[in-house]
Amino acid sequence: MSLGPEASIKDDTTTPTADAADDRTGDKAITGRSLKQIAWRRLKKDKVAIAGGIVVIFLIVVAILAPVLSKWFGHPIDEYHIDQIDPTFSTPIGKLGGISREFLFGVEPTSGRDVFSRILYGAQTSLSVAFLSAFVSTLIGTVFGLAAGFLGGWVDTVISRIMDFLLAFPQLLFAIALVSVLPDSFLGLGDRWSRVGVLVGVIGFFGWPYIGRIVRGQTLSLREREFVEASRSMGARSGRILFKELLPNLAAPILVYATLIIPTNILTEAALSFLGVGIPPPNPSWGGMLSDAVTFYSIDPMYMIIPGGMIFITVLAFNLFGDGLRDALDPKAR
Amino acid sequence: MLAYLIRRLINAVITLLVVTAVTFGIFFLVPKATGSDPALLYIGKTSDAASVEGIRVKMGLDDPIVVQYGKFLKGLVAGRDYANGPDVQHCPAPCLGYSFKTDQEVTPLLLGDLPVTLSLALGAAVLWLIMGISTGVISALRRGSIIDRTVMTGALAGVSLPIYFTGLLSSAIFVYWLGWLPQGNYVPFTESPGDWFIQLLLPWITLAFLFAATYARLTRANMLETLGEDYVRTARAKGLRERTVIGKHALRSGLTPIVTVFGLDLGALLGGAVLTETVFNLRGLGYQALTAIRGNDLPIILGVTLIAAAFIVFANLIVDLVYGIIDPRVRLA
Repeated sequence: MSLGPEASIKDDTTTPTADAADDRTGDKAITGRSLKQIAWRRLKKDKVAIAGGIVVIFLIVVAILAPVLSKWFGHPIDEYHIDQIDPTFSTPIGKLGGISREFLFGVEPTSGRDVFSRILYGAQTSLSVAFLSAFVSTLIGTVFGLAAGFLGGWVDTVISRIMDFLLAFPQLLFAIALVSVLPDSFLGLGDRWSRVGVLVGVIGFFGWPYIGRIVRGQTLSLREREFVEASRSMGARSGRILFKELLPNLAAPILVYATLIIPTNILTEAALSFLGVGIPPPNPSWGGMLSDAVTFYSIDPMYMIIPGGMIFITVLAFNLFGDGLRDALDPKAR
Repeated sequence: MLAYLIRRLINAVITLLVVTAVTFGIFFLVPKATGSDPALLYIGKTSDAASVEGIRVKMGLDDPIVVQYGKFLKGLVAGRDYANGPDVQHCPAPCLGYSFKTDQEVTPLLLGDLPVTLSLALGAAVLWLIMGISTGVISALRRGSIIDRTVMTGALAGVSLPIYFTGLLSSAIFVYWLGWLPQGNYVPFTESPGDWFIQLLLPWITLAFLFAATYARLTRANMLETLGEDYVRTARAKGLRERTVIGKHALRSGLTPIVTVFGLDLGALLGGAVLTETVFNLRGLGYQALTAIRGNDLPIILGVTLIAAAFIVFANLIVDLVYGIIDPRVRLA
């Protein structure tokens, strides 16, 4: 949204904001605070967002330590435990999908593989796809959004057109189609990490217009502000204006939207794996486990609830943290 | 207004052309790069070289890709004849070709799947609009109350839940555990409206819940913003009853952004709710598309992508037109 010059003038006259007044209750001298400090203070007060953040960090640690944790508390992901399976129904022996001290999250129907270890490794794939594709979207979106907003003219027309076009696209259908025609392994990577690469490319590519639109809009309004004009009048080149003046002011919205597309990416990755075009079996993925659970959920619901619950918790945690971050960085969004 | 409409229609057609061209390109170039032969896909691997060659000529699979694309477009508008000597197959407009796998004509095949997707999407849309908007408005009016907090917590959970989980979970509970709903498959409305309703009830509710969550959040945010506007204060100052202030003044502009989102969501769903259809085993457009993608059945993939994109593009167009009517501040030009 373009604020226009009047709005900026008004900004200068309304310096003592409500937050500043709150913070000044002590006897401490008034010191200037950067946006980072202000945002951090606000974020710390938001207990829900902090809880979300803690869960996110916990999940990241779990994903990184997956090999260690599965060694200590679980079994290798591809080890079959036929003795845990009821031969007549091919469901796990024991209640709740075979949850026991030995198998913390139970065992997989038919094969008896350890669900706990598969969930850990699933977290690894899920989070790496989500983070890397968010990175790809952010990078492309920022570059194109900046170019469109800053250069204007035909560049803006072309980029905006492409963004509109991509947003009006049957995306999931297309992602499925693309993922299924791309090769299974390349660059000497195993099929697991090649697939991760393909998913990152496809999900990242379809995500960039969301970031691009926001960056473009913000750039359009920042471009007209006095500090840019001042910088230009002092003889700054376009490169300096872009990277020293505009980009630091765009950091907050970019960070917020990058955080908020991560949960969407997790859902998309799981959806693709659920449909059988994501991470190929026998590599573990949450979506893939849900897809296996379709055959068994009426008799062994636990095998569906565990991966589904993991997706839910992860996505919820990211959403809570992202919402909190947005509120902290942009008080107007409240 | 007319000029605007014409320009928008031309834009819509261009978008559809680009979508088909891109789909066409991907599905012809990528198999070429990985070394598989569309003619072989069409006729099956066991056939002898002569019949493969026959199919290749008949379907025009040896033409350059641009020529093939041109023929596809011509078939779409005017129908098309597939011919190899005396063996002629006529495909009337709008022709989307023949399935590689089953040799069925694609257009009637997809038209046959459309009612399933339409029933699913429209039924769910009615539900989620009612659920989402009413809870969103109530939350905004009772901001900070227990109702508000409960609704918003539920909505946040809703946007974090994927349909491929809630779908399985709800059928595990309502079909297998409680036994409230029967097991079974889609029944056409024309066959038995009662069974049609019962069979679609769970897909509707599950799908609608997820969308309702987004709509409740959106409605609440919009309503809160509108309620803070000067004209709402003016309306109150005039001494209007609260019901009139909310119902006539605040709702109208508070709900306009919902129209945009609704158009896009419905458009996207009509093109095939791949996940919902897969979870509930509904044989609609999305299911058809998924099967086609797994079997490399290009004509069907192309057909579904085109229909899906058409729904999105036209939903967008309708939204923009409707927007001009409900929000007088928007000028169409």
